[in-house]
Amino acid sequence: MKRLSPFNITALTLGFAFLYLPMILLVIYSFNSSKLVTVWAGFSTKWYGELLRDEAFLNAAWVTIKVAVISSTFATVLGTMAAYVLVNSGRFFGRTLFSGMIYAPLVMPEVITGLSLLLLFIGIGLDRGVLTIVLAHTTFSMCYVSVVVSSRLVSFDRSLEEAALDLGCNRFDAFRLVTLPIIAPAVISGWLLAFTLSLDDLVIASFVSGPSSTTLPIKIWSAVRLGVSPEINALSTLMIGIVTIGVITASLISKRSSIRAQKDAQAAERTA
Amino acid sequence: MRQASTLVLFFWFSGLLISALIAFFAVATFNGSGLASYLPSVGLLALAAISWLILPLHFKLRVLGLALIAVPYTWLLALFLVPFLIVFKISLSDIALAIPPYTPTVKDGFSALIQGLDFENFVFLTTDALYYKAYLSSLKIAVISTVLTLLVGYPMAYAMARAPQEWRATLMMLVILPFWTSFLIRVYAWIGILSNEGLLNQFLLWTGLISEPLTILNTNTAVYIGIVYTYLPFMILPIYAALDRMDDSLIEAAEDLGCSRLSAFWLVTIPLSKNGIIAGCFLVFIPALGEFVIPSLLGGSGTLMIGKILFEEFFNNRDWPVASAVAVILLLILIIPIVLFQKNQQKQAEAES
Amino acid sequence: MSIPVFAPWNDPQEKPLIRFKNVTKRFGDFVAIDDLTQDIYAQEFFALLGPSGCGKTTMMRMLAGFEKVTEGTIELAGQDIADVPPNQRAVNMMFQSYALFPHLSVYENIAFGLRRDKLAKDEIDTRVAEMLKLTRLEKFARRKPHQISGGQRQRVALARSLAKAPKLLLLDEPLGALDKKLRQDTQFELMDIQETTGTTFVIVTHDQEEAMTVASRVAVMDEGRIIQVATPDGIYEAPNSVYVADFIGDVNIIKGTAKAAGKDKYYVDWGVNQAPIVANSDRPFTEGQDCFLAIRPEKISITKDKPEEAENAVQGEVLDIAYLGNLSTYHVKLPDGQIIKAQTANTRRLSRRDITWEDKVWVRWTTTAGVLLEH
Repeated sequence: MKRLSPFNITALTLGFAFLYLPMILLVIYSFNSSKLVTVWAGFSTKWYGELLRDEAFLNAAWVTIKVAVISSTFATVLGTMAAYVLVNSGRFFGRTLFSGMIYAPLVMPEVITGLSLLLLFIGIGLDRGVLTIVLAHTTFSMCYVSVVVSSRLVSFDRSLEEAALDLGCNRFDAFRLVTLPIIAPAVISGWLLAFTLSLDDLVIASFVSGPSSTTLPIKIWSAVRLGVSPEINALSTLMIGIVTIGVITASLISKRSSIRAQKDAQAAERTA
Repeated sequence: MRQASTLVLFFWFSGLLISALIAFFAVATFNGSGLASYLPSVGLLALAAISWLILPLHFKLRVLGLALIAVPYTWLLALFLVPFLIVFKISLSDIALAIPPYTPTVKDGFSALIQGLDFENFVFLTTDALYYKAYLSSLKIAVISTVLTLLVGYPMAYAMARAPQEWRATLMMLVILPFWTSFLIRVYAWIGILSNEGLLNQFLLWTGLISEPLTILNTNTAVYIGIVYTYLPFMILPIYAALDRMDDSLIEAAEDLGCSRLSAFWLVTIPLSKNGIIAGCFLVFIPALGEFVIPSLLGGSGTLMIGKILFEEFFNNRDWPVASAVAVILLLILIIPIVLFQKNQQKQAEAES
Repeated sequence: MSIPVFAPWNDPQEKPLIRFKNVTKRFGDFVAIDDLTQDIYAQEFFALLGPSGCGKTTMMRMLAGFEKVTEGTIELAGQDIADVPPNQRAVNMMFQSYALFPHLSVYENIAFGLRRDKLAKDEIDTRVAEMLKLTRLEKFARRKPHQISGGQRQRVALARSLAKAPKLLLLDEPLGALDKKLRQDTQFELMDIQETTGTTFVIVTHDQEEAMTVASRVAVMDEGRIIQVATPDGIYEAPNSVYVADFIGDVNIIKGTAKAAGKDKYYVDWGVNQAPIVANSDRPFTEGQDCFLAIRPEKISITKDKPEEAENAVQGEVLDIAYLGNLSTYHVKLPDGQIIKAQTANTRRLSRRDITWEDKVWVRWTTTAGVLLEH
């Protein structure tokens, strides 16, 4: 077995300390009983209590989740369609424009995306609110979904779809019965990515949200502009906790299934 | 034969749908009163629905195939391209005390619209020092933080690629995990650390390294730290991917042929991870250039970044035409690295196939 | 009692199952299939053999319906199939990668095509059980494709494509992914299954041994054309061109000019200071026409002493000996530099053989050993 050299151990230790220390400190100080966030004054969970009683935060959280669920679902459907078209269709009118529009939002600064969508909504007289945020989030996250899904589709064995056609499927059935189940993991991770992007977005939402549709990032933003606040620390801890549990569960599941696949492969060789 | 019948059916069907839509909007815009006036459009729609049910399967598949392209295409045209054209148009307009706060608008008629557009705002951007300084300072901050991210990220990616196989998945997960947590929260975490009475200063004072607290928050230094911190995963992942693909025996071969450890690293490892380095640098540089949250939270009043200027121009000064012009210029600046990045990715894809 | 020979292609009364009529297929400027006409009969095991890029896969994909014909027609049982989409053709295909659906069990993979035909559940059950039995996969019905071995996967792919009882089964390099030993066993299995089911098989392969073993007729292809169609022994013993002779097995080609030497017999002048070779040929040659004599190495014998009554004998020097265990191939260099390969069975132990490197030897062959070719 290879062993890490002292240099590599140092790089990893310092690097991960840099990545995780700020978040760990945030978590620790969320349990600080003092209002002065930088002075430790004993363990307390009172900020969590305050957070859960804060109507405005709860409302914002509800709006955010609603927006994220709807927009990521739309984005997944549209993004998967776009990926399928990009990978499988030959030439069609405006193909370059289409692929350009898929990739451009990935590198477009959020301020520009937000600004342009706001100007559109004002132009067509659409009132700013949950609907406009959903439209905006769907638009930029469908591009992320289509990148995730198309990278899976590229490695997808085309003969599987041909086999389905050969065995009597029409194109739609071949997609539904063969392609979709096989690319499902990529579609699901696309959805999760879209969901996270929507939960996370501050800039675009600031442009396109109305007074009645404040999202959680906007709420956090207006709180932290005034400096560090213990309530935000508590909220951050909750969010970090949820994400950590989610990511660790996902990686455990994928590890388990890869171990099972390996065992199956070995067993298959033995029966041969 | 079949092609021709499909075409006829297609015109029949799309004709029904389109006329239903036109009828609906005509009623909605001109005499929106009375449900009865919607009857024609509902009737046409019902006819379209009925014909859909009885149409042959191969025709339905054809329509679905077209919808597969048309739906995402139309969505992106309407919500990406059109908005951007609007930004471009407004950047050529003048500010006005009206709603919307610019002139001319489409309502002024076509010829007035064409005559009223000019490049005044762009000229204004070149005369006001604030703007070109902001562009230059954005570039400077983006370049410096990209280099810093590379310096921090490369050793980590290298160490990860050298780590025993069974650790790698976990290390990967540890790099990706921060990416899934809120960007805003990760930037926010640094406020408590970098402020004058923050944890870093407390620690340094306690060790006796300094006697006066350092001012880091609200300076460019804090912005660098923030960018390096939030974009580090984007640097590590492509470099790690490149190094992970590399065959260990290449280093052994180099050493066998007389290289020292260091020169083997310099002559073999670095060139082989070049594509990963380039990809990582672009992935950090491009978003850093238009960054808004980090300079606003961690930077000071002296931190000029174009994303921040645009935001303020729009919301505080309500000068939409200038804000739009700022956006157009920012995009023009971004096109260069984006095209270079695209080229690099293509080259890499070709090299792999 | 004579066994009736299966040779529908010799029977003018027989209607072909598949008929390629002047078929051309172009991809942009590239001509994949060049004005090809060919009949394939019911219950044939027809092999398309050729190097990669010769158009054999394109021919198969046109039969399956994945590629459209540019010019000409393809008929299946007398009907033009140009407008029939792949899912409505009574043709099934076994893919090179097998294309087993990874998310479905072996059972569900085999049942996939039957379910598309909306068969009743017990009908599907019976048919799948039949297929599992035919391919000896009963024990693996519940497994997923990644839980079985390569050879089993190959059989699942075969069972799946046979389940719908197609008129025609296309096999794209069906054994390419198997190792050599397994491949040989599977070849016989394929032939058995083809015989039991009575299905017409068209197989694409670049492995000449495989084509020779399984096929009733072999079509050798090159650059979008069929060069020769014949039974395996016909292809081997009576190739119609140097290309075919060279593609199938090992061969010596001697270039020369022809001169009549009696009925169906020619002298071939082939080298300075060399006696002409005598060869039989049904193919007529004019006086002084360029010709090529193709002789298989195993039809050339090698001796140390000058043979007494040989029709053709040439002296040379042993350059190399390739020892293959059961056989040895001697590379004999003739005075003009040409190298002739001669093959002998190693009926005696190695230590007892008398020919070694740099020995002067004689190679000889009969007048009927070779084939005289025009090009």
